Amino acid sequence: MSGDFVVRDLRAGYAGSSVLDGVDLTVGAGEVVGLLGRNGVGKSTLMSTVVGWVTPTAGSITLDGQELAGLPTHRIARAGIAIVPQGRRVFAPLTVEGNLRIAVPAGGPRAWSLERVYQLMPRLAERRRNRGDQLSGGEQQMLAIARALLREPRLLLLDEPSEGLAPAVVDQVVEIVAGLRAQGLSVLLVEQDLHAAFALSDRILVMQKGRIVHDSTTAEFRSDGERGRRLLGVG
Amino acid sequence: MLTWLGANYITMIDGVALGVLLFTIALGLSLVFGVMDVLNLAHGALYLIGAYVAVQVLGGGSASLLAFAGAGVLALLIGGLAGAGLSVMTRPVARRGHLDQALLTLGVALVVADLLSAAFGNDVKSIDPPTAFAGSTSLLGDAYPTYRLVVIAVGLLLAIGAYVLIERTRVGALVQASVADAPMVRALGVDTGRLVTGVFAAGGGLAALGGVLGAPILSAYPGLDTRVLILGLVVVVIGGLGSVTGALVGALLIGQVETLGVSLLPTYASFLVFGTMALVLLVRPSGLLATGRSA
Repeated sequence: MSGDFVVRDLRAGYAGSSVLDGVDLTVGAGEVVGLLGRNGVGKSTLMSTVVGWVTPTAGSITLDGQELAGLPTHRIARAGIAIVPQGRRVFAPLTVEGNLRIAVPAGGPRAWSLERVYQLMPRLAERRRNRGDQLSGGEQQMLAIARALLREPRLLLLDEPSEGLAPAVVDQVVEIVAGLRAQGLSVLLVEQDLHAAFALSDRILVMQKGRIVHDSTTAEFRSDGERGRRLLGVG
Repeated sequence: MLTWLGANYITMIDGVALGVLLFTIALGLSLVFGVMDVLNLAHGALYLIGAYVAVQVLGGGSASLLAFAGAGVLALLIGGLAGAGLSVMTRPVARRGHLDQALLTLGVALVVADLLSAAFGNDVKSIDPPTAFAGSTSLLGDAYPTYRLVVIAVGLLLAIGAYVLIERTRVGALVQASVADAPMVRALGVDTGRLVTGVFAAGGGLAALGGVLGAPILSAYPGLDTRVLILGLVVVVIGGLGSVTGALVGALLIGQVETLGVSLLPTYASFLVFGTMALVLLVRPSGLLATGRSA
């Protein structure tokens, strides 16, 4: 499983207003990179631009050398990028199993199967006949992660996976993502919960005003609390 | 109550027949609007094309059941191709808001209606039912046109087929998911453009088939496209987007309002359909049986 992901000078926005102002970042194969920043600095716009929901106005996005910037969303997904979006966005009218089945790519031997995701998240197996809108927030988050895994991604984008979840459920989600990290999946993680971000990430990036302003190992970032508070605008 | 039923049940069965014809219009409208967020005002023209296919193929007098089935298949093909063509035409305006979509598809509808008028004239063209169903059937001692019962049966079979397709197949699951959240479906590697073309084509084919089925009941004439389009839109609003059951329930309800309601309250005939829609919007703004969006 590879997943060298490189973003260079990426610019994007909405209806004439610029949100991303030259983003540069890399996620190495098997690496988990945490992207932090205050609300409104462009983290979710970056995720949306990577998957093609927002069209970039300039810059480059490559996965294992393949240029993805400007491609339609379904081709970016087929190239190996899967997203667990902010707010989960599971399909309300479909059952858990229905949500998962439509994510399975056609043909070929696969590392991830329905059985494997049910093994990883037994709660989903118990709720397989329930509709998406009958699940708790934690169950929806697990479903969104399982759905992304069935795409056999080389890079997984996780946008605020702990948002709106009880602490015990956040721990479960962290445990699942840690398991994926151990299996060598490349992950770009946007997270407001610093404990979760630190627990999962090899490196920490900080975003301000549409640009990456800090890039270090997690240990290095945590070693200077004052700098961290200044970058994140807390305390 | 029994006396009331005895006096009105024939009108109610007429309402069911009209309801299933409206279903053939409303299902395509509902899915196209739900999946692609495209308001297709040319959908009524597809129904009218089907009605004129029936006029062209069967117009010379009583026709056999085989000829009727042939007209149905021809209309299905023409409607399907026209639907696919509309899908391609509306792609450039898919993200430009409903006003642009409405203007484009309304323009297409007007052109199609004018072409049909030029080809078939402005008179009402009536079609006889197929000879096998030309007579009447006794219902509780009253004679009732057999063809209308056949239309009800065929319409309900179409509804069951559509339900199975949408609720029990992978394609149906993709359609439902796209109604809920099309960008998220694309992020799962699905080319929703092809899905939309398929839904447009199926909706167009169904509407044109409805035109053939309905020709012996509603005839074919300039303006019929507008009438069925408006009723179809009302059905979609009442039933909810992207739901086969919603389209059927909405269509059967409006079928009753258009027949039983008008029969019982003739003074208020012109207000009943929209009054019903307004009432449903007040009680359930997303429609009676909307499928729901992303959770």
